[in-house]
Amino acid sequence: MAKNTHDVIVIGAGHNGLTAASYMAKAGLDVVVLEKNEWIGGAAVSRELYPGWKYSNCSYVCSLLRPEIMRDLELYKYGLQIIPYEGSATMMRNGDYYAHYHDHDMTINSIRRHSHKDAEAYERYSRDVLRQCKIIKPLLKMTPPDLTSFKPKDLFGALEFAKHFAAKDELGGLGEKEIYDTIRFYTMSIRDYLDEYFESDITKAHLAGSAIIGTALGPCSPGSAYVLLHHYMGEVDGSVGAWGYSRGGMGSITKAMTGCLNAHGGEVKPDNEVVNVITKNGRAIGVATKKGDEYYAKKIVSNLDVKRTFLKITEESSLPGEFVERVKNFKIRGSSGKLNIALDGLPEFPCIPEGDPGGGGDMHFTETIEEMEGAYDDWKRGEWSRNPYVDMCIPSKSDPTMAAPGKHYMSVFIQYVPFNLANGGWNEERKQEFGRHIVDCIAEFSPNFKDLINHYEVRTPLELDNEVGLTEGNIFQGELTMDQLMFNRPVPGYAQYRTPLKNMYMCSSSTHPGGGVMGAPGANAAREVLIDMNIPQTGNYY
Amino acid sequence: MNRDLRFTALKKTPFHSRTSLASRTNKYYNWNGFTVPTEYSTTELEYTAARNGTSVMDLTPMCKYMIYGSDANRFVDYLVTRDLSQMEDNTVAYIIWCNEDGKVMDDGTIFKFSNTKFMLCCAVKIYNWLHDSAEGFDVSCEDATDTTAALAIQGPTSCSTLKNYGADDLELLKPFGMKQYNINGYDVLISRTGFTGDLGYELWTDPANAENMWDSIMEAGKELKIRPFGMHALEMTRIEAGFIQTNTDFMAAEDSLRPVRMRSPYEIGMGWLVHLNKESYFVGKRALKKEKETGNSERCLVGLDIDGDKPAVGSVIYNEKKEDIGIVTAAMWSPTMKRNVALASLKRPYGIKIKENIFAEIYHPEELEYKKIWAKCKVVKRQFFSPERRNKVPADLYE
Repeated sequence: MAKNTHDVIVIGAGHNGLTAASYMAKAGLDVVVLEKNEWIGGAAVSRELYPGWKYSNCSYVCSLLRPEIMRDLELYKYGLQIIPYEGSATMMRNGDYYAHYHDHDMTINSIRRHSHKDAEAYERYSRDVLRQCKIIKPLLKMTPPDLTSFKPKDLFGALEFAKHFAAKDELGGLGEKEIYDTIRFYTMSIRDYLDEYFESDITKAHLAGSAIIGTALGPCSPGSAYVLLHHYMGEVDGSVGAWGYSRGGMGSITKAMTGCLNAHGGEVKPDNEVVNVITKNGRAIGVATKKGDEYYAKKIVSNLDVKRTFLKITEESSLPGEFVERVKNFKIRGSSGKLNIALDGLPEFPCIPEGDPGGGGDMHFTETIEEMEGAYDDWKRGEWSRNPYVDMCIPSKSDPTMAAPGKHYMSVFIQYVPFNLANGGWNEERKQEFGRHIVDCIAEFSPNFKDLINHYEVRTPLELDNEVGLTEGNIFQGELTMDQLMFNRPVPGYAQYRTPLKNMYMCSSSTHPGGGVMGAPGANAAREVLIDMNIPQTGNYY
Repeated sequence: MNRDLRFTALKKTPFHSRTSLASRTNKYYNWNGFTVPTEYSTTELEYTAARNGTSVMDLTPMCKYMIYGSDANRFVDYLVTRDLSQMEDNTVAYIIWCNEDGKVMDDGTIFKFSNTKFMLCCAVKIYNWLHDSAEGFDVSCEDATDTTAALAIQGPTSCSTLKNYGADDLELLKPFGMKQYNINGYDVLISRTGFTGDLGYELWTDPANAENMWDSIMEAGKELKIRPFGMHALEMTRIEAGFIQTNTDFMAAEDSLRPVRMRSPYEIGMGWLVHLNKESYFVGKRALKKEKETGNSERCLVGLDIDGDKPAVGSVIYNEKKEDIGIVTAAMWSPTMKRNVALASLKRPYGIKIKENIFAEIYHPEELEYKKIWAKCKVVKRQFFSPERRNKVPADLYE
């Protein structure tokens, strides 16, 4: 049994753990990151499961990762390059399609084919969404104030939070009306929200996709509009709401972060699963690993979701009962699955004209919001959606490093897939049945698709839980609903990255501002650790 | 109908039939009297092609001159500040040249075929200057701008693209090397040079081969993320690479109306190209020697890393006392580095001895109003981005 001492231990080498670790190492601390898997990256990984093809096994596109983090950690130096999407499309059973492009006016022209009114409504819609994005953007980097506290920090924090909603000039003259809009946006269903702008089913179905990806809400569920905002508030170089690929797959992000961490003297130790947080008199002092090693540190930062952190690796007796109850009630429901497919060539999608940039990014085939809600109904019964919503893309169309020239990698994200599958749960057979079902659904739109398949990896919420460590396979490490956002995330009273245990912190997506490969929870948590250690924080993020 | 050819508005390059077909936006500009696209689709995506796949740019409007004759070697060495006496055949060198006052006229590349044959590529026309300077040398100079079609093929997959096109063993070509090929029945000169600071090549051929070359390269790069690339995207890549542009980052000596605008090589970060210990005389040597000895250079051209994400286009640079100390000549938000970078011409000692506590005043347009931003700057190496693949031999291949 080896004993190791460091300044900081980070549990879990996902993107938030690595972001927090890198910021702390940059500030001069001796940081070690303990990772249970043999590989690094959590849900931002690129693995070659079939020779010659790289998969972005979990998360697959990038937009939310804060540019300030990329800048501070100099991720380009360690190989990170973001490739913007060219467009996106929804295919229709009548052979037509609906497309969005990088160019705003091309999008308007495209929507106009389906509805003249919608084309113009889109201008209004994108302005309104952008306005909400501008309000939320500065909040992402803030530690949420504790609204019940009278500490100056919290009082100022609350004012700062409120300022972003009320400030008139800074945000382009937001008035009372926009504050009402914000509250409506945070609480409405996406169906109701889109109905206020659009008339055509296909426009609404295409736009609604972002509101259900990763969530266990349906398009008619209150709160789903916020999920859309959550997907829109990212950017690619100032293009708000734009998405891109990470060159070399999502693993390039965590690989670059590891590069930065190493350059500042930090270290990641893969194949070192933390099984227990060692406490003494209400303080966290170290961790024990499955291998039987012990690591001690001044500060311990957990990148595991809040349930795993406090219900699996921390002794319940060392925590306040009410806190444990809150954690148990934290909503973290798996709703998504994924297929990663190695293709021998480029599949044809006859709905989308050859050379149309709409086929360059995400593709879908859900034509109405009702279909989407139907897919959700299946999930509620514990079944995978018979007619699922898919977010599929072929990163190798833009990224030359995923497969050899002429070969392709396809990522298919599937909504909805339950964690607790009805009638006996998941087993290998049912997992393969689910995979075949999705392949059949795609083949309806691509005649040569099945013939091109060399290999595919099926991911159900169960794999995401077991392998990646996302409880129930929820990709956001906790539902993104108002009751679990901002000062309520993960649980009221503990939104400032600190925990009931002294010297123990949280940096996962279970904390503000939530899921997505954003890095903000990690950077925010690192700031709180540095504040507690009286170490100045430097960089563009802070 | 017989068109009267005496009147020419803007010339079209031999690639025009292809570049105009590839253009989705119909955005053109006038480059040295030629019509060429500023943007084909979206600048962001074109820029990305240069950092991710293969980008293709019509370079034909660049000034190109052939220099022949038994004194050609001696003549180019006399013309430029860099010592070219040891330059090997089939290599390319980056050069600048000055007037007799030691003020920079232009920068460019010189291609050496042999001691008696060179090609000079640059931004500003110097046919007249070449002739005047050639007095006493056994050389002849020929303007090859209209008679040479040129394409820049740049980006991480560019070597693979060109190998598919027919350039065998191209991966072995060293940076600043050049090689003569015969592809599809035409002579094509390929040099490992470029203006993007990445792996890349430039191709030089007969205008009659232009369309075939364009089509064949597009086909060759089909699976390698190939994309035509306009001037706006080139501007982004060259700033990231820290390359200077004449009449943008400094005024060409012969174009400066105001003599105070002229700059010596030391004032634009090109001192490394001035070889005062070169045995023979070169144009401007006396003045440059004096400037070096007295150390009276007034300006410098530096890289700036600027706080925030709003590009400091045209910004005035100040010290902490709010005194004007210089100007930004080129600025951008770098999509690759996620950094706000700029090239700036500063009054010494700022930029040389004083590198901290300098500020850019940025006017950021926001819906018909300007937001004034006072942004802190750090003087950094001008070459912001230089990936390892740029100089790797053999070059990266995608197979």
